[in-house]
Amino acid sequence: MSVLIFIDHSDGQIKKSSLEVLSYGAKLAAQTGSEAFGLLLGTVTEDLATLGKYGIKKVYQVNNETLNHMDTQQYTNLIAEAATQLTAKIILFSNNLTGKAIAPRLSAKLKAGLVSGASALPDTGNGFIVKKSVFSGKAFANISISTDIKIISLNPNSYHIESGSGTAEIVQLGLTVDAAKTKLLSTQKASGEVVLSEAEIVVSGGRGLKGPQNWGMIEELAKLLGAATACSRPVADEHWRPHNEHVGQTGLAIAPNLYIAIGISGAIQHLAGVNRSKVIVVINKDPEAPFFKAADYGIVGDAFEVVPKIIEAVKKLKAS
Amino acid sequence: MKILVCISKTPDTTAKVAFKDNNTKFASEGVQWIINPYDEWYSLVRAIELKEKDPSTIIHLVTVALADADPIIRKALALGGDEAIRINADSHDSYYIAAQLAEIAKQGSYDLIFTGKETIDYNGSAIGGMLAEMLGLPYISLATKFDLSGTTATAIREIEGGEETDELSLPAVVSCQKGVAEQRIPNMKGIMGARTKPLKVVEPIAIDPLTSVVSFELPPQKAGVKLVPADNPEELVRLLHEEAKLI
Ligand SMILES: Cc1cc2nc3c(=O)[nH]c(=O)nc-3n(C[C@H](O)[C@H](O)[C@H](O)COP(=O)(O)OP(=O)(O)OC[C@H]3O[C@@H](n4cnc5c(N)ncnc54)[C@H](O)[C@@H]3O)c2cc1C
Repeated sequence: MSVLIFIDHSDGQIKKSSLEVLSYGAKLAAQTGSEAFGLLLGTVTEDLATLGKYGIKKVYQVNNETLNHMDTQQYTNLIAEAATQLTAKIILFSNNLTGKAIAPRLSAKLKAGLVSGASALPDTGNGFIVKKSVFSGKAFANISISTDIKIISLNPNSYHIESGSGTAEIVQLGLTVDAAKTKLLSTQKASGEVVLSEAEIVVSGGRGLKGPQNWGMIEELAKLLGAATACSRPVADEHWRPHNEHVGQTGLAIAPNLYIAIGISGAIQHLAGVNRSKVIVVINKDPEAPFFKAADYGIVGDAFEVVPKIIEAVKKLKAS
Repeated sequence: MKILVCISKTPDTTAKVAFKDNNTKFASEGVQWIINPYDEWYSLVRAIELKEKDPSTIIHLVTVALADADPIIRKALALGGDEAIRINADSHDSYYIAAQLAEIAKQGSYDLIFTGKETIDYNGSAIGGMLAEMLGLPYISLATKFDLSGTTATAIREIEGGEETDELSLPAVVSCQKGVAEQRIPNMKGIMGARTKPLKVVEPIAIDPLTSVVSFELPPQKAGVKLVPADNPEELVRLLHEEAKLI
């Protein structure tokens, strides 16, 4: 019996969200008296043996460059085959864009119960119960999985990366790779920016910023803090910012350690996507803005006066 | 071209989220229901746009729900679509719902099946992938653009830190999110026309769910905001550094 952890990568690098799942999986294996293994489809530049420091014994790899592009059918068949060979009883993904694409397919293929968007380790004391966030972060549900094989996808930023010492054994899996039914035509990447779903700090702007020409200070603050940028829905709808920055109930749900909301009112639909953030800072000129009720720190003031001063203070801090 | 659009009813985004029966059920008393925004704004509107380009296209809507969902289905039909199918079952887990939808999909031999990115209540993002597997079809997850040229589709899908463009042959399953289309408001003609469009009710097939909800809980309340004076934003930076230890 084993815990099989899917390791996601892009551009030869293992994603941070996968390191979280490796840590989570190692802990879950210890909790259930089993072993944790990693599974990587495709190729990376990193040395896979170093993943042992997250507490896994072996990393299985299907070393085939065509797998560097994800096709859901191809991936599902390979993961199902590996899971069967390794008698995996628990299969783990990050609930990132790749996990969302594959975990449900695999669940249907193996008839294995899936909890997507888990936010904590399962309770295995009596049955197998996984806590997940529902209503776009407004609540949690405890879900019981009743099948022999169980699949969990872990929300990014909800489990801390734990690393110690140790090396993992790398085992090549000689599985047949079928032809993919989806063909990659091109990839467009915004280089050098922090990925919003994985970001530890997010600086977000709303309609209070008046127009796209005023985003310079948002980007500057984000850059100084190593943060990703986000925005409210009307800001994306009016094309001031790209769609993929829209957070909230009908955009991306995020849970960074620090969310800085500037000129955002804090409508219920916006809060739904960001209220799992550990610390929320609100800068708004209206003391009655609902966002203050959900905030940890706040400044009632004009963003155009306050933010430049914050930028200066952060610069000073970084210099000291 | 035959398109199946999967729709779901969800509580209105402003609905109070509360639970009853010892926190085992969503307290739906007084809650307004809406079409899941991802289904309405993106999948359905994109299907309608494809029909506008090729009027021979047939659009069927499908939902797994009891009769109380009928007003939602009529609202969707007012936007567009030729007929709707309601599978007369209460909702269970994603697997149960996907299996019901797969049954309808098989019978209708559709070229294209659209789902929304996720429902805004259970946030599973699971139906599209499950359905694709049950039907043995390719699947594009979280499309931000979708186009057709004959039976060849191109889709842009979000990936971490960017987007990729994929090409595939129909039939296929696609889950849609922002970018695929823009929200529309039904007009009077649509609303009147929706009243007479067929709404077929079929009984569910026997399926055992794989998971079940044990209980719900609400997140802990925030302690309250610590306000920093506007003329001293440096203090905020100090607090984030020394107290919260985040920067
Ligand atoms: C079904 C549905 C789904 C939705 N989904 C989402 C979603 O996913 N995400 C989302 O964000 N919204 C969503 N919305 C929209 C939501 O209801 C709000 O309309 C939206 O969040 C408001 O955006 P905002 O705060 O940027 O703008 P506004 O509500 O216009 O607020 C602007 C704020 O800026 C402040 N301000 C103005 N000038 C300054 C200044 N100089 N300095 C500082 N502060 C200033 C104002 O006091 C105000 O609080 C949804 C709505 C519906 C109906």
